[in-house]
Parts: sequence; structure tokens; C-alpha cells
Amino acid sequence: MTLPCPLLPIASAASFEDPAATFIRLLTVFLLAMWVGFEVITKVPQRLHTPLTSGSNAISGITAVGAIVVAGALATRVGSVLGFLAVVLAMVNVAGGFVVTHRMLEMFQPKKK
Amino acid sequence: MSSQAWINLAYLAASMLFIVAFKLMTGPRTAVRGNFLGAAGMALALAAACCEKPVLDRLASAGAGGLVTVAVAAAIGAVIGAMMALKYPMTGMPQMVALLNGFGGAASTLVAGAELWNATAVAARDSAPLPAWTQFAIATALTGFIGAVTFWGSFVAFAKLEELPRFKQAWTDPNRHWINLGLGICTLLLLWGFGANPSSNLLFWGLVIVGSVLGCTLSLPIGGADMPVVICLLNSYSGLAAAAAGFVIDNSVLVIAGSLVGASGLILTAIMCQAMNRSLVGVLFGGLGTTTAANADDVYAGKIKSASAEEIAMVLEGASRVVIVPGYGLAVAQAQHAVRELANALEKRGTTVEYAIHPVAGRMPGHMNVLLAEADIPYEKLREMDDINPTFPETDVAIVIGANDVVNPAARTDPTSPIAGMPILDVDKARTVVVVKRSLSPGFAGIPNPLFAADNTLMYFADGKKAIVDLTAALGKA
Repeated sequence: MTLPCPLLPIASAASFEDPAATFIRLLTVFLLAMWVGFEVITKVPQRLHTPLTSGSNAISGITAVGAIVVAGALATRVGSVLGFLAVVLAMVNVAGGFVVTHRMLEMFQPKKK
Repeated sequence: MSSQAWINLAYLAASMLFIVAFKLMTGPRTAVRGNFLGAAGMALALAAACCEKPVLDRLASAGAGGLVTVAVAAAIGAVIGAMMALKYPMTGMPQMVALLNGFGGAASTLVAGAELWNATAVAARDSAPLPAWTQFAIATALTGFIGAVTFWGSFVAFAKLEELPRFKQAWTDPNRHWINLGLGICTLLLLWGFGANPSSNLLFWGLVIVGSVLGCTLSLPIGGADMPVVICLLNSYSGLAAAAAGFVIDNSVLVIAGSLVGASGLILTAIMCQAMNRSLVGVLFGGLGTTTAANADDVYAGKIKSASAEEIAMVLEGASRVVIVPGYGLAVAQAQHAVRELANALEKRGTTVEYAIHPVAGRMPGHMNVLLAEADIPYEKLREMDDINPTFPETDVAIVIGANDVVNPAARTDPTSPIAGMPILDVDKARTVVVVKRSLSPGFAGIPNPLFAADNTLMYFADGKKAIVDLTAALGKA
């Protein structure tokens, strides 16, 4: 049994998990999600590749979740400053990505005029 | 159920929403809903993050300072992002995507840096020995490194696409491979050092600095036409950085969303490379060989037929089927609305007009589709390469605007050409080809294009937008 690090937001159920087991658990999720990604995305037609790029770009802003946990805990001064910056940057990515994707997709709609 | 279970359930729901969002991206009509679902998934995940134990503990022990910090930062970021997204012109989409992508990468680096700093600070305060976190160490190091490469690589890509003066010329110093090799070795040494000594903030930031330099040196040599590949690859990196950050904080929604993006970027990278008949290694490290198979003067001498707007209008008058082939020049000249006007004028005369889109036309995947869609051109008329190539022999006039290498028949006929084997649009098989171009200067591959000298080709030397406007006017008079 290894010591859980007090500041890592490890799920309480998993707190006493051996680090290697945690790694394998996440690796499983990673590989399966990659697989799903490959299956789903190969079906996107060429004409939607730009919105796909910007939409997936927005989703990569998911790192904001990590940033919020760090910034919201205000554990150390340096950590809080880094966390604050991370939230700002990740939210620029998220908001900008979804809005720009919507703007592009709107143009693909048949005009009602 | 514990509160952590509810949070995890929210993350699971967010992950499912992301997958459905990608799934709906397959059609232009469903894609709008897909984008909304993606945003909903993101909102759910962010709300759940605000209920994580470290945040709530802080709330209970020291008031709302933490959550206020988060809210202020999120509001600043969201306003900046939305403003950028609404203000940026459609022709600048590749830059915009590159920039946003870089911010995501930088955020991942900062998350890893902050986590590491907090963990070491707490360990030092409690003077407890650091637990052996090899998994944590590797993931932290990779997040910091990939995030830094993404940020600086994206920044350079942005600067190149925005045509900032200092970045116009591709960096082609022959020593760059040695520099990259040196940086690569530094990276491995630092990774090894950090793995052995995972509480060293210094080694972590050293790794971030090396990643930053590497992000620049890897993307500086890459020329304009290879940009679609770079954008896709950086997109994939930003996803992988987020997934790696998920390993750092043991969070499955980061891992799932990150790997979906990683997969999407990798697929697009592969499609782009295939469309240029080049390997990824070739794009990243090669630079195109400049050994021209044919001399420009030999190809062009005495065979170029230049035509005026009136002459071309006469050819168009008798055409029953016209195919327009847009390239990056169309985006530069912002000629998409002018093209729409020309197509309207032709369609009024009963001519069928379609558009042939090469997968790597422009500076990002699908760039031409977005530009033409902005000019209200219905997407049913935008045909993909494999779909439209067989129809060129029945096409009366093919109008090439600002495209060069993607219509170069040397790719098909000359096995010694640097672009030999690259799939191209077979415009040379059309009855008449009109090439709108400012001069005979070569395209990105730096090779002459025999199409310009072909018997059925008329060259129309002018700026793309002015040329099309004049042509439409001439057609109106005819």
C-alpha cells in the first residue's frame, strides 16, 4: 500500500490503489477512447474537416477541469497563480473553439431567405 | 452514493456527450447539434470540477476565495475566447484555430506545473518523504513537455499563417536536424532525470523550456502548403497533452476527451499526408527537394496563351458545364464572394457550375469548403476529388483560381517530379482550362506546371478577385 498524496484529487475509492493499477486503469480508458475516436472520426466527410478541427480543438480545452481543481483549491501561492492562468487559457480555448465552430457550421446551413 | 461518485457520474455523462458530438459531426445539418452537445458536455464537466473535493474543502475551511478565483478566471477566458471567435474574419480561420489550440496546450502545461508545485510543497511542509509516484512523474513530465511543444508550435504556425514579416521565410538552416537531435537528446535526459527525481520543479520547467524550443524549431522550417498537416498534428498534440494531464490528476474525463481529440488529429494528419502523397516524416523533416525535373523555360517557352476577360467570357458563354477549382490564392485574394457572383451569372444562363475541392487546397483541412460556404455556395456543389475527377472530360471549362500544385499533371505523368504520385484534380482533361494567376511563378513545390503550357489552357494574368469581377462584367455584356 502506498501513501496517497493529500493534494491529488484521487477518487476516494481509488485512494488506496497501487499507482501501477491506477496507471493501467487510465491506460485502459485511454486506449478504448482512442479506438472509439478512430471509429467515429473516420466517418466525418472532407467538407466538415475544418469544423471538426475547431470543434475537437474546443474539446481539448477539457484540461480546464484540471485547472479548476488546482485554482479552486488555492493550496500554494505559486500553484494558485499557475492554476488561475491555466483556467484563463483553457477557457479561451473552450469558448473560442465552440463559438467559432458554430459560426462555421451556420454557414453550411441552407439559407432561408 | 458519495459526492465523488456523483462527480464521476457527471464526468461519465460529459464523456458520452463528447462522443455523440463527434458522431454528429458527420453531416452538416446534425453537426450544429453536435457542437451544442459538445459544449453541454464541457459545461457539465466544468460544473463537476467545481464540486471536486479540494475545491469544496477550501470552500469549507477558508471561504469562497477559491471558487471566486475560478469564476473570475473562467469569465476572463470565456469573454476573450468568444470575442476572438466572433471578430476573426473567416479567411483567417487557420490562424484562429492554431492560436486557440496553443492556449489549450499551454493550459495543460500549467496544470501539470501547478500540481507538481503543490504536491512538493505539501510534502516539504509535512516533511514527509515523497511517495514513489512513477506514474505521476511520467505523466507530469509528458504533460508539461507536450503542452509546451503544442503552445510554441501553434504560435509559430499562427505567425506564419498571419504572415508576420519575421516568419515569412521558412527556416532552412541545414544544421536544424542536428539542433533538433540535440534537443531530442536533452528531452530524453531530462525525462530520465525527472523520473528518478520526481519532486524536482527545476527539472520539470527545464523540460518545459526544451519543449518550447523544440516546438519552434520543428515548425519554423515548415512551408505554407504543408500547414494543413501541422495544424492537424498540433491539434492532436493538444488532445494528447490533455489526456496526459488526466493521468496526472487521475481523471477519466480528461483522458477520454483528450484521446478523442488526439485520435481526430492523427486521422486528419494521415488524410492530409495521403492527399499529398508524402510521409509524415517527410513533411516534418524533409522540406521539398528543389531539384526541378524540368526547367521552367523549357516547359513554358512560346506555349503560354494569355487571354483577356472578354475572350474568356466568350468561351464561358458557350459552356454548359463549368467546374471551379479554388486554391489558397482564392483565400488570399478574398475572392469567394466574387466567385459566387460569377457562378450566379453563369447559372442564370443555364450553365451547370460545380466546385472541385482538393483535400489539401488551402491552409487547413476543409479550408476551401468554409470559405465557399461563407459566400453562400451550397455545399452540395462542393465536390471531393475522387468524386469529380471522372467528370472532367465532360467539362467544358475548368476555372483554376489560385491553385497550382494540386492541378499539376506532372504528378501523373513525370515519375521524376518531386510531386510524382500525388493525387491531383485532372483539370487538364477539361475541354478548356482557364488559369487565373498573377504570374507564372511556381507553387509551393517550386516546380513548373505543364498545365499552363497545355494546348487547351488559357492563362488569365490578374489578381484573383479583380479577375473574377471583370470576368463577370464581361459575361454580362456578352
